[in-house]
Amino acid sequence: MVDLLVFLVSAAIILGGAIGVVLNNHPVRAALSLVASFFGVAVLFVAQGAHFLAFVQVVVYAGAIVVLILFVIMLLGVDRTEDIRFEPLAGQRSAAAVIAGMVLALVLGGLFLSGPGGSDGAVALTGTKSRTAPISQLNESDADVQLLAEDLFTRNVLAFEATALLLTIATVGAVVMVRNRGAEEVVVDEPGTARG
Amino acid sequence: MGEPYLRDGVDFGDVLLAVGKAVIAFAVLLVAVMLMVWFERKVVSRLQNRIGPNVAGPFGLFQTLADGIKLFFKEDIIPDRADRFVFQLAPYLALVPAFLTFTVVPIAGDFSDGQNGAVTIFGRETFLQVADAPVGILFFLAMSSLAVYGIMLAGWSSGSKYPLLGSIRASAQAISYEAALGLSLAAVLLVTGTLSTNEMVQVQAGEGFGGIVPRWNLIVTGFVPFVVFLIAGTAELNRPPFDLVEAEQELVGGFHTEYSSIRFALFFLAEFMNTVTLSAIIVTLFLGGPAGPNFGFLPGWLWGFVWFFAKLLVFLFTFVWFRATLPRLRYDQLMDLGWKVLIPVSLGWLLVLSAVRLVRNGQIDITGDSFLDAALVVLVSIGVLVLGAVLLSLAIRSARRERLALAGERDPLSSGSLVAAAEGGRD
Repeated sequence: MVDLLVFLVSAAIILGGAIGVVLNNHPVRAALSLVASFFGVAVLFVAQGAHFLAFVQVVVYAGAIVVLILFVIMLLGVDRTEDIRFEPLAGQRSAAAVIAGMVLALVLGGLFLSGPGGSDGAVALTGTKSRTAPISQLNESDADVQLLAEDLFTRNVLAFEATALLLTIATVGAVVMVRNRGAEEVVVDEPGTARG
Repeated sequence: MGEPYLRDGVDFGDVLLAVGKAVIAFAVLLVAVMLMVWFERKVVSRLQNRIGPNVAGPFGLFQTLADGIKLFFKEDIIPDRADRFVFQLAPYLALVPAFLTFTVVPIAGDFSDGQNGAVTIFGRETFLQVADAPVGILFFLAMSSLAVYGIMLAGWSSGSKYPLLGSIRASAQAISYEAALGLSLAAVLLVTGTLSTNEMVQVQAGEGFGGIVPRWNLIVTGFVPFVVFLIAGTAELNRPPFDLVEAEQELVGGFHTEYSSIRFALFFLAEFMNTVTLSAIIVTLFLGGPAGPNFGFLPGWLWGFVWFFAKLLVFLFTFVWFRATLPRLRYDQLMDLGWKVLIPVSLGWLLVLSAVRLVRNGQIDITGDSFLDAALVVLVSIGVLVLGAVLLSLAIRSARRERLALAGERDPLSSGSLVAAAEGGRD
């Protein structure tokens, strides 16, 4: 009963936020809708007992990524409306619609094929539960933290390190690109070179 | 784990208790903020050889109340160019995280002799904090990362130039110092091994070393994370010396320039609420929260409150002291301090703590003697840290020289003597 209520409310927030992102023609409000959507997902995580994941979701997505998005919006001042009839890449809309339809069909097909009680389709979609230590050995309070850490640092350690490397490369690449383009007009913000 | 009264299902009484605790916490925080504003004005006045508020009520205690009523009756102005919805939303976005963080702070309770600080109210065993979330301290991080929205959106939605500058500064500052804040927090999590604030206090309670020195994380983590946390926390609060966000001399009032009346009061409230809350979090993380000796003649849980309040007062005074004595940092100094000092230091210290922990768990065994192992590991770690610091400062220096040389080629004004002067050292 309570679970159902929590699910309904947070589902409404998630979907409302998602629709708001697409329909708001104002970028700042669209970003705020995105935050609402992230919050709904975090509530669902808490309802599933994944407290750590829920708060990481808030810290990383709502707290850092959307702040960066807003930062860019403010700095570039892209709060003027754009003509959405103009398509920079021909046919991208129909392609997007087709791909979205295919993904939706895949998910729904997987769910319906599993049938009542059976979980084959659901497992095929989300993967099997992986765990090396029996759950009884885990501390009740932070079981999800331990499971997550164990999975990240043993089974998926290569993917974890590769992601870290990729992010570093992206950061360095962004800095290099910005510096090269601005080489013509270097503005040095050093105390010693100030005129006053 | 978790609140004792919620373990066996939830009934109507449990809900009442939870709501009651939330209401009491909110009231306590509001009164604390009122007194904090008075305290800050009074202490700053004394430090500047003035008298400070002394008219409204005894010792001017009701000055804040009078100011609040005055603000409430002022005209509420929304600028023409403002984004009305976001402009009205922003003060609440600043206020709500400030209060929510306070809900995970244990403010009282008896932690002596291995007790968990629970008290019995109406036949229900409960902790003296609004909620003991399993990941309580992550909740604090989440809320502090959300607090920037209020400031950022307030500045942007005003549709005016100085607030926008203030809010851009605020978001850059918050993003930069959140990393140092999180890393110094990680050191605490490493030694306590829990994310729950209540368990964190339990770990720090007890006899301590030699029966005199308390087992606070301040000492266990070796002071460095505490200093980093205090500095990064002050930056998160946008309090002096990190108050570039509302630097009066440059930005009029910063992000809240266009706000008036009750909306301005809400920002003001949020700012002081954040100060109280952050002090409470520091006390919980590093100074053992309400844990302390129990001298009898008072109920045990009240001793918890006495200790908590005494420790809290130290930090509240420290923040006021910072404001009265430290000049504001320049923007480049702010970024230098955050990225080139605080983050490397806290990261390096985290590695040292992890190495020491490995030795204590017996996972590093070099000489067979555990004490010798520990000494060896600490020496090697400090050596690595010093080497890292030297390399980093060399890299920073050569990058700076290159930048200055580049500027010297292109900008005739800064070539020659000025570059030499800059190389010779900052004044």
